[in-house]
Amino acid sequence: MSAAESLADRAAASPILTVQGVSKKFGGVTAVQDVSLEVPRGAIVSVIGPNGAGKTSLLNMVSGFYRPDTGVIALEGDAITTLRPSQIAARGIARTFQNIALFSGLTVLDNLMLGRHVHMRAGVLSSALYWGPARKEEIAHRERCEEIIEFLKLQDLRKQQTGALSYGLRKRVELGRALALEPKVLLLDEPMGGMNQDEKEDMARHVLDVNIERGVTVVLIEHDMGVVMDISDRVFVLDRGRRIGGGTPEEVQRTPAVIQAYLGTSKGGGQT
Amino acid sequence: MEWEFTLLLLVNGILIGLMYALIALGFVLVYKATDAINFAQGEFVMSAGIIAAVVVAASTSFFLGVVVALAAMVLFSFLLERVMLRPLLGRPIVAVIMATIGLAALLRGLLPLVFGAGTRPISLPEFIGEEPIALGPVMLQPVQLVGAGVSILFLAGFSWFFLKSRMGIAMRAVADNQQVAMAMGINVERYFALAWAMAGIVSALGGVVWGSMLGVDVHLALVGLKVFPVVILGGLDSIIGAVVGGLIIGIVENLAAGYIDPYVGGGTKDFAPYVVMIIALMIRPYGIFGKRKIERV
Repeated sequence: MSAAESLADRAAASPILTVQGVSKKFGGVTAVQDVSLEVPRGAIVSVIGPNGAGKTSLLNMVSGFYRPDTGVIALEGDAITTLRPSQIAARGIARTFQNIALFSGLTVLDNLMLGRHVHMRAGVLSSALYWGPARKEEIAHRERCEEIIEFLKLQDLRKQQTGALSYGLRKRVELGRALALEPKVLLLDEPMGGMNQDEKEDMARHVLDVNIERGVTVVLIEHDMGVVMDISDRVFVLDRGRRIGGGTPEEVQRTPAVIQAYLGTSKGGGQT
Repeated sequence: MEWEFTLLLLVNGILIGLMYALIALGFVLVYKATDAINFAQGEFVMSAGIIAAVVVAASTSFFLGVVVALAAMVLFSFLLERVMLRPLLGRPIVAVIMATIGLAALLRGLLPLVFGAGTRPISLPEFIGEEPIALGPVMLQPVQLVGAGVSILFLAGFSWFFLKSRMGIAMRAVADNQQVAMAMGINVERYFALAWAMAGIVSALGGVVWGSMLGVDVHLALVGLKVFPVVILGGLDSIIGAVVGGLIIGIVENLAAGYIDPYVGGGTKDFAPYVVMIIALMIRPYGIFGKRKIERV
């Protein structure tokens, strides 16, 4: 299957996530203004833009941390604009944070198990007694976490407290915890920020694996243009809260407004 | 004999310390999950004691008294979280502190007004008995043994809850980082309510245990004051810290009463814990087991 074909297939399907005319102001500052975009099912979509462009604000609205002033955000056609973060997570949108946000006092495994939270059904009492169905459930969840641990090659770190891990590993554990939710859509806020080249390549490989092997739609905020252009099916460009471009990586790199605002005026496609 | 006297003081200190730990646990649970400092912890204990004493006297059933006190305190904590504290979410921590101080004053005034200000006993069921039990050279009050036993049971139970159960781990996650917990699909408010309900449970138990030992009136709330040396020594957010802090304060208190009181005419028991607290604040302000970030509170 060629890249062009797979993209066409993906575009044909109805978008899994739509953002429509979304705006958000903080006091007098407009963080996001009338932004619309569609995320095709199964795609890797990147949102790029200079610092302060409103990328993270957009992500925060999708995951329910901010409520948009206007506009609608929909997952598989259902509006999720007014839902709380915990409800949105339960609907199948997982996210990571720009600054690593692991539960540092807990082990890698416990962090992943917390990712399973939305799937846990056993009641307080039965799970407190670790008995009957609760026990079965616990074992099932543990198995899913073990799959992810293997998937991300974290086997040796299961019982380690996350606070003691290296930066790159913590980012990977955070990805794993988001995966443990078994999300339909995975929002990654600068997953490669602050990483060296090797770590970046590892992370890019993991993101691709997540997308291809596990069929998860990925929305990525990232500054490394090389990575973005390599792995994205679609790229959206924000500048000062507005969407100024969008399309395939090739299209985006040719858009004059984008080149001017973000990629540098001389030529497109380079590292920034 | 000298060593027997010391042993008596130590054993007494340990038993009392465990009972302090139980009350401190209520404080720690709330702080751990919600970052709120509950200055009304002593008044919770007092309220539970009064309710238990009234019900036990009216029904002559000790267990009914315990059950009613438990139910009342859980309900009360639940409502408190919903009505008074949730609207304060995201406000400066001082707002919550002032709210709990106000609540403390309210409870100290209101409960005696409703139930009368006299000192009431909580009579233990007969099988516990009143005869001191001899453990080697040390004579122990059955009340204290029961109190310490209940404390150990619940301290162990809550430790297990936080270390092993998935709700406990979720609660630690909430305490660690509320935003991320939300992104994991954890309903943070529900865990806040749960933390307060658990504080209600230990307050009810503390009220019954302390009430049956000291008798129940407004002064029972003073036990809550001893919680501060305990948790500051042990660490505001640590269950094991509550236990160790409780034991240290209990032992210090008894040793002071035994060895210093005879020279100064009494009363050292009541301030020795605070001396320890001040020393702890100077050396290790976040407590023996506390997380260092607590320094900024």
